[in-house]
Amino acid sequence: MILYDTELPSRLFLGTAQYPSPAILQEAIRASGCAVATVSLRRENANGSGAGFRDLLQETGVRILPNTAGCHSVREAVTTAHMAREVFGTRWIKLEVIGHADTLQPDVFGLVEAARILSADGFQVFPYTTEDLVVGEHLLAAGCEVLMPWGAPIGSGRGVVNPEGLRAMRAHFPGVPLVVDAGIGRPSDAAVAMELGMDAVLVNTAVARAGAPVAMARAMAQAVEAGRLGHHADPMDRRDMAVPSTPVPGLAELI
Amino acid sequence: MITIAGAGLAGLACAHELLARGLPVTVYDRAEEIGAASASRYAGGMLAPWCERESAEEEVITLGCRALDWWARITPVHRRGTLVVAPRRDRAELRRFARRTRGFRDLDAAEITDLEPELAGRFDAGLFFDREAHLDPRRALRDLARAVAARGGEIRLGTAAPAGVDLDCTGISAPLTDLRAVRGEMAVLRSAEIRITRTLRLLHPRTPIYLVPRGEGIYMLGATMVESDHDGPPTLRALMELLGAAFALAPGFAEAEVIETGAGLRPAFPDNLPRLDWRDGTLFLNGLYRHGFLLAPAMAEAAADKIMEMRHGNPREFRTA
Repeated sequence: MILYDTELPSRLFLGTAQYPSPAILQEAIRASGCAVATVSLRRENANGSGAGFRDLLQETGVRILPNTAGCHSVREAVTTAHMAREVFGTRWIKLEVIGHADTLQPDVFGLVEAARILSADGFQVFPYTTEDLVVGEHLLAAGCEVLMPWGAPIGSGRGVVNPEGLRAMRAHFPGVPLVVDAGIGRPSDAAVAMELGMDAVLVNTAVARAGAPVAMARAMAQAVEAGRLGHHADPMDRRDMAVPSTPVPGLAELI
Repeated sequence: MITIAGAGLAGLACAHELLARGLPVTVYDRAEEIGAASASRYAGGMLAPWCERESAEEEVITLGCRALDWWARITPVHRRGTLVVAPRRDRAELRRFARRTRGFRDLDAAEITDLEPELAGRFDAGLFFDREAHLDPRRALRDLARAVAARGGEIRLGTAAPAGVDLDCTGISAPLTDLRAVRGEMAVLRSAEIRITRTLRLLHPRTPIYLVPRGEGIYMLGATMVESDHDGPPTLRALMELLGAAFALAPGFAEAEVIETGAGLRPAFPDNLPRLDWRDGTLFLNGLYRHGFLLAPAMAEAAADKIMEMRHGNPREFRTA
């Protein structure tokens, strides 16, 4: 998978918050073989260097995607993105502009505006958005080359609550990499997202707060792989009536 | 003479254990007052190994369960248990906490009210860890310093440690490459109305908090966990979350006075467990993270044993059991 001219070896992204310890986070990253790890600058490093945590993360060799988690305005998000570019030395930024404190739903108007400002400034923006097609178009027009629609609200673990929305998004943006961000609770959710034709999945809470984070990281990686293969294997259509899997003609008539 | 850098929790606990094994000690600290520069100044003072197991390794229990008796010989330990509650809409957090821990019993609304009448009608379900306890960190540190002095240990405040000490307990200032700071922000409240007698934990997916009574209407409210080495004052966001959670716990806190806010840096290794490191003739005890009062006794015993071993060749004979 190629995102902004960068080829990635895996379709799993891991968030790095809420792990029991950085040692377990490192192990989860290695066990899952994830390609990208997201890091919150504002929440994790408020004013300080946060270098200790960052060094541990960089030891794994994973590619870092800083985010603007916790930002509620365009200005805050843009400022945080600049700090992140400085600190992590990357043009990548996962852009979050939160519109509602309780649901953490993106403020799509602020998001488009911030994406335009940052893209013009040379950033490669990964916008956390809803499945709304028109918002997606505006984000692409603003310079984004990747879209990150939510599966469900951040940290809710509810999976893909609107599969039709993601299916429509896939059909509407056939050439645009789509990464499901937020809401994945179980490996089956990740598989569903991939079966819908998404290009990758970002998971944080579901791994970090699992009883065995490393095992869950591995499970997510396998689910992503399974969903991807399933999508490309042209799955059968659903039907109401049973169809015997053993062919009927040729069976002996015993009565 | 054993020389120790740092008269914080780790340094003083080690001094105490070395003296108990018959070794004279001198402890150095740059601060003019006991605990003034110590991370434990901002600690909750919970002796809660079973609750901590929720996010920590099994060692918090195996090493931590002896801490209650150790501290009780030095400072008042309040064996009142820990009460864990969650708002109705976060009941899943309570179930998760129960799955990750042991040593508790389930409580219904009436039992919660029996334990802490202040919470009457606010929570439908809770967990009670009756073997847990709490202490007052600042008093405990002063009492520990007094116990060290009473056994003949020398504490030199306002004095930098000489080069090449035997034992380095300087927390986040120690020159250890894999040590990192995890910032914690806290507040202290005073309320004449609220009556809470034991440690409370309020679970929340974003901002879990704890409240530890200090007596005389004073409550310590903590604490954030931020991967940062910034030691400036707490941020508005942190205080908003802490104070909002206190209000959710008991609305009577709305009228409480905020008599102190503070932030400290917890020294932590990558696995968030403490460790002894022997480097260039100095033994380093560090990485107590958020388990200072809980794990300092066991780690100090281990450090003292290690030093006995280095001095005498045969550690067994010198163990105080």
